[in-house]
Amino acid sequence: MPEPDKATLARRDEIVAAMRAIVPGEGVIVSDAELRAYESDGLTAYRQPPLVVVLPETTEQVSRILSYCHGNGVRVVPRGAGTSLSGGALPLADGILLGMAKFNRILDIDIPNRVVVAQPGVTNMAITQAVEHAGFYYAPDPSSQIACTIGGNVAENSGGVHCLKYGLTTNNVLGLEVVLVDGAVVRLGGKHLDAEGYDLIGVLTGSEGLLGVVTEVSVRILRRPETAKALLIGFAGNEAAGACVADIIGSGIIPAGMEMMDQLATNAAEDFIAAGYPRDAAAILIVELDGPEAEVDALVERVRALALSRQATTIRASADERERLAFWAGRKAAFPAVGRISPDYYVMDGTIPRHHLPAVLARISELSERHRLRVANVFHAGDGNLHPMILYDANAPGELERAEALGAEILKLCVEVGGVLTGEHGVGVEKRDLMPAQFSETDLKQQQRLKCAFDPASLLNPGKVFPTLHRCAELGRMHIHGGRMPHPELPRF
Amino acid sequence: MTDILRPANADDTLEAVRGAAADAIRLEVVAGGSKRVIGRPCEVQAVLDVSGLAGIVAYEPEELVLTALPGTPMAELEAALAERRQHLAFEPADLRALLGTSEATPTLGGVVAANLSGPRRIKTGAARDHVLGMKLVTGRAEAVKTGGTVVKNVTGYELAKLLTGSWGTLAVMTEISVRALPAPEAIETVIVEGLTDEAAVALLTAAVGGTFEVSGAAHLPAAVNARGVAETCLRLEGIPLSVTARREALLAFVRGHGRARLLDGGESRLLWTAIRDITPFCGDGGQAVWRISVAPTEGPRAVAGIARRIPCQAYYDWSGGLVWLATDADGDAGAEVVRAAVGPHGHATLIRAPAAVRAAQAVFQPQPPALAALSRRVKEAFDPHGLLNPGRMAADA
Ligand SMILES: Cc1cc2nc3c(=O)[nH]c(=O)nc-3n(C[C@H](O)[C@H](O)[C@H](O)COP(=O)(O)OP(=O)(O)OC[C@H]3O[C@@H](n4cnc5c(N)ncnc54)[C@H](O)[C@@H]3O)c2cc1C
Repeated sequence: MPEPDKATLARRDEIVAAMRAIVPGEGVIVSDAELRAYESDGLTAYRQPPLVVVLPETTEQVSRILSYCHGNGVRVVPRGAGTSLSGGALPLADGILLGMAKFNRILDIDIPNRVVVAQPGVTNMAITQAVEHAGFYYAPDPSSQIACTIGGNVAENSGGVHCLKYGLTTNNVLGLEVVLVDGAVVRLGGKHLDAEGYDLIGVLTGSEGLLGVVTEVSVRILRRPETAKALLIGFAGNEAAGACVADIIGSGIIPAGMEMMDQLATNAAEDFIAAGYPRDAAAILIVELDGPEAEVDALVERVRALALSRQATTIRASADERERLAFWAGRKAAFPAVGRISPDYYVMDGTIPRHHLPAVLARISELSERHRLRVANVFHAGDGNLHPMILYDANAPGELERAEALGAEILKLCVEVGGVLTGEHGVGVEKRDLMPAQFSETDLKQQQRLKCAFDPASLLNPGKVFPTLHRCAELGRMHIHGGRMPHPELPRF
Repeated sequence: MTDILRPANADDTLEAVRGAAADAIRLEVVAGGSKRVIGRPCEVQAVLDVSGLAGIVAYEPEELVLTALPGTPMAELEAALAERRQHLAFEPADLRALLGTSEATPTLGGVVAANLSGPRRIKTGAARDHVLGMKLVTGRAEAVKTGGTVVKNVTGYELAKLLTGSWGTLAVMTEISVRALPAPEAIETVIVEGLTDEAAVALLTAAVGGTFEVSGAAHLPAAVNARGVAETCLRLEGIPLSVTARREALLAFVRGHGRARLLDGGESRLLWTAIRDITPFCGDGGQAVWRISVAPTEGPRAVAGIARRIPCQAYYDWSGGLVWLATDADGDAGAEVVRAAVGPHGHATLIRAPAAVRAAQAVFQPQPPALAALSRRVKEAFDPHGLLNPGRMAADA
């Protein structure tokens, strides 16, 4: 992380007083005990209490806080519910932690336009709950949905098991209100289907709190499908499971969800909640189909036939809603289930082109042996997003380091086969130093120039995403080497 | 006379932009040229024609990903996809008839640069939702890659989204990866006749909010419909059995709203292509055409507000949220009236107008100061010397 600025640390009282003048009462937190509650997010290996926590309630307060920070060179880390798995909300010793929890109101439910306007601290689940009565829901469904906020979802461009068919957060956001670092408030998009000008919603979504503070979000809501059915399919090998996934998609079916779990994850889940998974299967698939009843029934049969042709060892279609939920229960409990068989675990999040799945799994198992750490695998198989869980014991000397080294190798492997470092959890501090595996120096510098367009002094969440911090002035310089305009008399390319 | 540079590959493109940067030569970036007349006319010294960067680089139907060069003709791309029963789900329009550029060739690069999205936008998203990654040459004369060739990726900023819909003002795309999705096996359309604009949009939004999985929701008022009656159109797509079941449910749903009829697959394709390509306004090339984007339920109100003050004709797509509006092309082509009626919660783009009107009027929606300043800084981050399509989106950017 960037070196804490001594001058800022020395000015703490003054900064706290300035914050108190903007946010009255309990919205400014300074006691060590209370600060500790904010010292880490879902990536608990990293901890750092912030300089001060501020919990604003209005856009105007956010604007005044940021303009104070801008004027005084104070760093700011925005935070939603703190469930980030990549350390996106990790505080800075010399920075204000801007907690958005009090922005917890749903502002507008507009069923005819299929839009909900919410403050950023509203949880993902609360949006669905607010429109359920009318038969609607909000599609992106991270497993953390009862806790994580829609503002955090926007910042991380979060996904879930249904994003193969319904998209990530970015595909479901229609409008944002954002406070820029100088305190200016901009509104992008709204209830209309395409925002004007450059797609700034597109870059703000997934920007991990580095470009601006989101103070309002308009999301698209969808009508609940008439029916949903799931198939539970077991295979004797990973190759067959991977091939079946390709067959399903190749045959023109886009399932609502298509998840894969390996034997270790399956058995951990089975021990934990007895979902009825076949313990002897090397891999299982859960394939969910949703839509009109007639369509779902037909597709269930198509998938069943495809699974049979890949020598599936178990094929069960959910007979009713209870059974469908039971199929999902094991998958949804996969993280805590693995938590029971290991003191600690570390979740990875690479994406690969799906046809590399069997080969990547084989390599992961080699790496796991080499690093002497077990790895349980769950994936969003439909979109090639892997979540290998590395089992380790933080109290055993050297294991955390080995887990991190193994994790880094897995992610590099993903990039090597044409994939990416993170499919939905974000870069944060966790994968920051791996960015050069995927991007060249030039690529990264261009991304930082975009950052400079929003935040020239790098006050918003510095130390995340980018392995090297360049000064904006330096990035702005343009060096043209050689290459004069070719002479008109010479032939064109 | 303006020079025309015709790079054959990404390296040539980089060299061309580098040369332009060294000599401060402003470039108009074009591929097939079919949408060249959209936007403020640019003042440039040379044309960078990337139509030579053409061809499909990789297509893996099971991965749902296609990578192609920007100059690849859409017809070629669509044929390759169709062979594997896939398509670009965002249904980009072919604007040649509307813009009078029938000799030009729509390309992937142009479609992405314009973020062109057709009727299926309401269900499957816009072009920007289907662009996965790209390679670029920025106005800084640097080759940059962004995104990837997998369908799920949050690594770094999504520059590919920013480039989509940037009308060539930030960087020259040299390779583009898009999501390919299964094409529907069957299509049908339910049409309800004789509705007013308000009633039509109420029906469209209700149907889109139902479980019918409507993939197209448009209303053609009598005045713009060749058939001479108002028609409210709802498209259903999917596997035949599913389409049949949903059609029956939808017919029951619209009963009582007006006379309903059905279009089969062939007729449906023609109808939705016409809606997508703005065929109702292709006939009279002399009129100006606006593209208005508002909350779906606000469409009729915006149109009524405009119609009270100037002569115009309009029809609705995106269940009312996308309005195509034709006005007289003289004066400001109705800019002041149109933008006043749209208000702050939407935007209007002058898609077709004589060059003189496009030079004098803001073609794209003017932005409030803080947003305009931010957009300018974004432009500068990619193209600090304003080499690429200068002024095309805004006079000062
Ligand atoms: C058990 C568990 C399961 C999970 N499952 C999934 C999953 O299935 N899919 C998935 O994608 N993720 C998953 N996650 C990760 C995490 O829940 C998501 O990244 C989530 O979106 C974070 O939301 P949050 O409110 O907790 O944000 P935080 O963790 O508080 O912050 C995340 C980032 O957002 C920024 N931020 C927060 N609010 C704002 C704002 N208003 N304006 C600007 N920046 C802001 C922060 O600075 C930080 O960079 C899981 C996490 C856990 C712990």
